[in-house]
Amino acid sequence: MGGSSSLLPQEALGEYQELTFLNKQEILLAYKRFSELLPREQRENACSVRVPKSQILTLPELRPSPSRQANPFQHRICHVFSTSEDGDDSMSFEDFLDMLSVFSDAATSDIKSRYAFRIFDFDDDGVLDGKDLEKLVNCLTGQGEEARLSSIEMEQLIRNVLEESDIDKDGTINLSEFQHVISRSPDFVSSFKIVL
Amino acid sequence: MAVLELSLLMHVKLFSKDLALINDNTVLRFLGKNGSDVNNEEDSAAENQENGRGADKERKRAKPRTRRGHARGRARHGGEEDGDDEDGTRRAGQRRQRNRRGRGRAGGNEGSDSEGDPTKARKNQANQKSKEDDEQEEDEKGGKSGKGKNEKKQDKKADKKGKKEKANKKKKDKKKSGSGSDSDSEEEPITEEELAKLKEEVEEKKKLIATLRNKPWKMKKKLSVLKYEAQLFVEKFEGALGKGKGKKFYAYKVMMTKKWMKFQRDFENFKTACIPWEMKIKEIESHFGSSVASYFIFLRWMYGINMILFGLTFGLVMVPEALMGKPYGSLPRKTVPRAEEATAMNFATLWDFSGFAQYSVLFYGYYNNQRTIGWLKFRMPLSYFLVGVGTIGYSFMIVIRTMARNANEEGGGDDTSFNFSWKMFTSWDYLIGNPETADNKFASITTSFKEAIVEEQESRKEENIHLTRFLRVLANFLALCTLAGSGYLIFFVVRRSQKFALEGLENYGWWERNEVNMVMSLLGMFCPTLFDVISSLENYHPRIALRWQLGRIFALFLGNLYTFIIALMDEINLKAKRIKNWYLYNGTIPENSTAPPIQVDPADVPRGPCWETMVGQEFVRLTVSDTMTTYITILIGDFLRAVFVRFFNYCWCWDLEYGFPSYSEFDISGNVLGLIFNQGMIWMGSFYAPCLPAINVFRLHTSMYLQCWAVMCCNVPQERVFKASRSNNFYMAMLLFILFLSTLPAVYTIVSIPPSFDCGPFSGKTRMFEVISETLEHDFPSWFGKVFGYASNPGLILPFILLMVLSIYYLNATSKSYKEANLELKKKLQSCILKPKRKMKIRDDHLWKSCM
Repeated sequence: MGGSSSLLPQEALGEYQELTFLNKQEILLAYKRFSELLPREQRENACSVRVPKSQILTLPELRPSPSRQANPFQHRICHVFSTSEDGDDSMSFEDFLDMLSVFSDAATSDIKSRYAFRIFDFDDDGVLDGKDLEKLVNCLTGQGEEARLSSIEMEQLIRNVLEESDIDKDGTINLSEFQHVISRSPDFVSSFKIVL
Repeated sequence: MAVLELSLLMHVKLFSKDLALINDNTVLRFLGKNGSDVNNEEDSAAENQENGRGADKERKRAKPRTRRGHARGRARHGGEEDGDDEDGTRRAGQRRQRNRRGRGRAGGNEGSDSEGDPTKARKNQANQKSKEDDEQEEDEKGGKSGKGKNEKKQDKKADKKGKKEKANKKKKDKKKSGSGSDSDSEEEPITEEELAKLKEEVEEKKKLIATLRNKPWKMKKKLSVLKYEAQLFVEKFEGALGKGKGKKFYAYKVMMTKKWMKFQRDFENFKTACIPWEMKIKEIESHFGSSVASYFIFLRWMYGINMILFGLTFGLVMVPEALMGKPYGSLPRKTVPRAEEATAMNFATLWDFSGFAQYSVLFYGYYNNQRTIGWLKFRMPLSYFLVGVGTIGYSFMIVIRTMARNANEEGGGDDTSFNFSWKMFTSWDYLIGNPETADNKFASITTSFKEAIVEEQESRKEENIHLTRFLRVLANFLALCTLAGSGYLIFFVVRRSQKFALEGLENYGWWERNEVNMVMSLLGMFCPTLFDVISSLENYHPRIALRWQLGRIFALFLGNLYTFIIALMDEINLKAKRIKNWYLYNGTIPENSTAPPIQVDPADVPRGPCWETMVGQEFVRLTVSDTMTTYITILIGDFLRAVFVRFFNYCWCWDLEYGFPSYSEFDISGNVLGLIFNQGMIWMGSFYAPCLPAINVFRLHTSMYLQCWAVMCCNVPQERVFKASRSNNFYMAMLLFILFLSTLPAVYTIVSIPPSFDCGPFSGKTRMFEVISETLEHDFPSWFGKVFGYASNPGLILPFILLMVLSIYYLNATSKSYKEANLELKKKLQSCILKPKRKMKIRDDHLWKSCM
């Protein structure tokens, strides 16, 4: 149903409003930004074209610069929201909208926490284990060598996290445990958002 | 896609019609076998039951299978269903998932082919599959022992199970909907029962549509497919419902709801389009994190409130007076006195809000005490009074309502049992788009991790805690000393200025005249810095430190404001004395001069000092000078400093950017407090200067642009970036407190000080509020006045107040008990969650797999 005009077709717009947490302006802005990522000749049918990961990452909120990066989870976010078949994490417009919808103001805490879980689940096995947590900590502390936590600190940290969140004591955090923890946090919903 | 779905539905229709004609039994056998095979033992039990129910049900079962075609679309989101099994090839779990994802995306094309297929072959395959499923399930019962060995297989198993659950669910769904589709496709007369069922179903589908966006399904296509299905269903059956006799109303209703929904959505869009500065704030948010943006959101909120206050005063007081009141020059109170005429139009005079500005609608004194003005018989004094009271009432209402809403949202977040997990999972602020801010954020997260670990280690030892406690006590002591010192200084200066005033200001220089103002602004400039230094002793989390800082500055400003008011009150008392003298003087003059009524030019008429206008002028001047100071501080403190640092860095002996002067950070606490106190002044002064809200709106508007610009171009992100707490109730509480404090003096003057006798809408009355009783007397029937008189009897009011106090007490007690009950329930819920956790976990895993 990809629209062939350079503007988003009216009924698609309505559907997107129905299916996402975005309003009309936001969808149109997303469309504009999305088509800006495309080469000029493909802009005509932006709805049906995928944008490669390297292009998606040029968005300011996800942008990596040579030495440092703004969002440490950019690759994960691309991976989680991409529906690409051949694993290059490229995104279609609808994936893009999905992402913005989840990261929008209006999205519920439930859906946000589900996606947060998948972003943090680095090996895609459905649970957060020690390795995932370690990677997560490394993402959060940045790339500088001096910023890294020592292995003892890391161990301590992961042990503490598991102590708090791993309710059934199986050494991993699953989705419901994760949501249990997240739902009590006062500022998860306000910080888990990206705006264009 | 839509077309495909439609054709599919047609197929279904035809098929079910055929069913009615063809020999039921054979079809049943054919279908029943397949169906039960696919759905395994759980479903076959259900099917047996249904077989017992009669031939009429067969069609229902027939329906589900044929409907599968488009139900498939829905099932596919689960990532696993018959279509995949068709491939027959077994790939590794991950590749498979990816592939499925791709399929889902292109589902419209690929999926439709298989949907159109004759299903027999597939069924057979599915048949085999299901047997394997059984085996695998048994494996799984054995536990997760096999996990380490071959994860791929495990994955597959889990997938399958997820699928099966889904499929079962689908089946049941379909069965439910079977009867509805039957009746429709065969065009039989719809019975009431069926109709009700149908309606229920349509409602269900509608609900599904409404909650679609809450589903954590990943693929857009899935959603659209589902949407098409659900929507088509709704449309179709709504049509069916509308067809029958007398069902027109229903169709109409449906149409209207659709229109209404569309209108609501458009309205919602319109509303968000009307929110100003959204993009600006978002830009700032992405550069500086949410805490800086929270200031701008607060500023915008204030702007909204001030717009409404401005509308009230402008529309109900200033405009009517300007249009319908007596024109300038007709009355002494509306004329510039002769002595000032020469300088009345000078810019310096106008800037000082005297001269022509003083004798205009901008200030209290200009208004006449005529009961009604113009052909509309607009009751000016009453309107003035009610707007003054309404401003305060509205502000109270809106602040309290916002606080209540924020408190509601706050909800959970009370226990600190997830300290580490929160740090880990929720500390990243996804809004940050600026590498520099991100670097700061990384650093702050690292330190917070390290701190938390150290704290955790030390909480077991409990050694250093005494030192921090001591430091905190010391810091508070120092802050108190500073506050006391500044209070004494202001007191001292105000005393001195009174002495100067008594002796006559003419003998003194510029400093002595402006001593109070200067001391106040100097204190306001340097004390916060001092507090900042002190708070570094305490070593709090920045968010808590911010609160302490805010509290201290708040106390400081409050002291300043109140000394200012006390000084004003003193002056008012002084004027009141003079007024009395003037009364005596004035009382004698008319007797001499009234005998021949001479026409004196209004400019020459001697008049008393109008203290209300004077107070209004003070507040307006204060607001304007405050605004100017803020802007100048921004320009010099931020902009010039940034320019200096930026360009002198090329030729300086040390690194300016990272060394001493550096760029300034955005001072959230100072700015918020400035805003709050400014608002307090507006509330206090707007009764005497109706122009004050207008000035404030202008100020907020410009400062929005100026500060946005200043933040983006000259400030650097804070070193310790922290997120704003979800609710700004702390700001709100301060605002409420200030509101209360600023209404006190206003109410005091309204109730207990007599208004000036020759200016303002209440001249000639002993108290301002008498305008109410006057209105009651003249504009309402006499019985109303009587009732009001009885009602305002202290004998009635006192019990009423008592009742209110009691009800507050009661509500407070109940809310406390509710809170306790809530806590209890939470505990219970937690223990409940703990018990079936094991089961939940397994199911979650499957759900999880099925979501992939």
